[in-house]
Amino acid sequence: MTLGRVIAVVPAFNEEGAIGSVVTGIRALDPAIDVVVVDDASSDGTGARAAAAGATVLRLPYNLGIGGAVQTGFRFAHLRGYDSAVRLDGDGQHDPAELPKLFAVLALGDADVVTGSRFIGGGGDYRPPLGRRMGIVWFAWLVSRLTRRRVTDTTSGFQALNRRAIALFAEEYPSDYPEVEASLLVAKHRLRLVEVQVSMREREHGTSSITFVRSIYYMLKVTLALVVAMARKYTLPEEAARP
Amino acid sequence: MTPVRVSIAAAIASVLLILIVLELIRGRRLKERYALLWLVTGVVLLVLAVWRDGLNTIAGWLGVSGYPPAILFAAAILFVIVVLLHYSTVLSKLDDESTLLAQELAILRQRVDELAAVDDSRDLL
Repeated sequence: MTLGRVIAVVPAFNEEGAIGSVVTGIRALDPAIDVVVVDDASSDGTGARAAAAGATVLRLPYNLGIGGAVQTGFRFAHLRGYDSAVRLDGDGQHDPAELPKLFAVLALGDADVVTGSRFIGGGGDYRPPLGRRMGIVWFAWLVSRLTRRRVTDTTSGFQALNRRAIALFAEEYPSDYPEVEASLLVAKHRLRLVEVQVSMREREHGTSSITFVRSIYYMLKVTLALVVAMARKYTLPEEAARP
Repeated sequence: MTPVRVSIAAAIASVLLILIVLELIRGRRLKERYALLWLVTGVVLLVLAVWRDGLNTIAGWLGVSGYPPAILFAAAILFVIVVLLHYSTVLSKLDDESTLLAQELAILRQRVDELAAVDDSRDLL
């Protein structure tokens, strides 16, 4: 299986300092990859910088948050019939140089979703703050239990998808702090998820929006969402395709 | 027994609620779809306020015959909770719909810009 036409989906909110190098980084790796930046109603020059760097820019009329922004990109990818997609964050924490690792596994055809994990096989020297670390450990354990397969990094947004996964995420994608729920969604729809070890960079500009109190709030909110999602019945893509 | 003054006050309040809701509908400031629950609330409270024997009987069933107006409060609170829950579901649906609209708008806007650019380059030829 080959990757076919590839699109990179880059959600960005007020990242004018980082977005340019993210886009050029992807294009330098492979000019055949189309880059679409989803500008989540930034108040700075994010959209203009992205366009100047050669990206297609989707400008949201108001801020949707990370989940809604990412889904916009996947909708676009699905609509334009791309065969493979990769998501990188606009803040520069996902290094385009790590992309070939994800693509190599996706090209094997044994996975619908390939996630770049910071923790599989020892991982790198990533040391997040306490609140975030608690969430990462808790959700890795919970999602692994719920889906009965080992997932080490449920909060990673560094993912490569094939057509089936693009179609799923275009149709259905969770809202704020979406990666954890998305990994459950993937399992529920019987898509195959494979993790690959990657290292991530420290944020180039700005600070992470996740403070300790918010971490607790998100842990509760996402845990509720996971438990409810387990009780929900999903239509498998194959079933939906049948008349 | 329920004090008569409580019944009168409760009846007036219920009638006021019903009238205000009807007036809001008339002025198109409230859609019938969202007014229905409020009207049901007003009617139920009015019935409980006017039908004093009924209120006493229900209070007897629930073991609060010493102070039947407690049933009025309980009914009012129950209905307010139902209305609020209903609004939460409406809000969630609106949230989903506005997200979808924003996404579609972003994608269409890009498409329009793209097509406009093609058009402009054709004009130059």
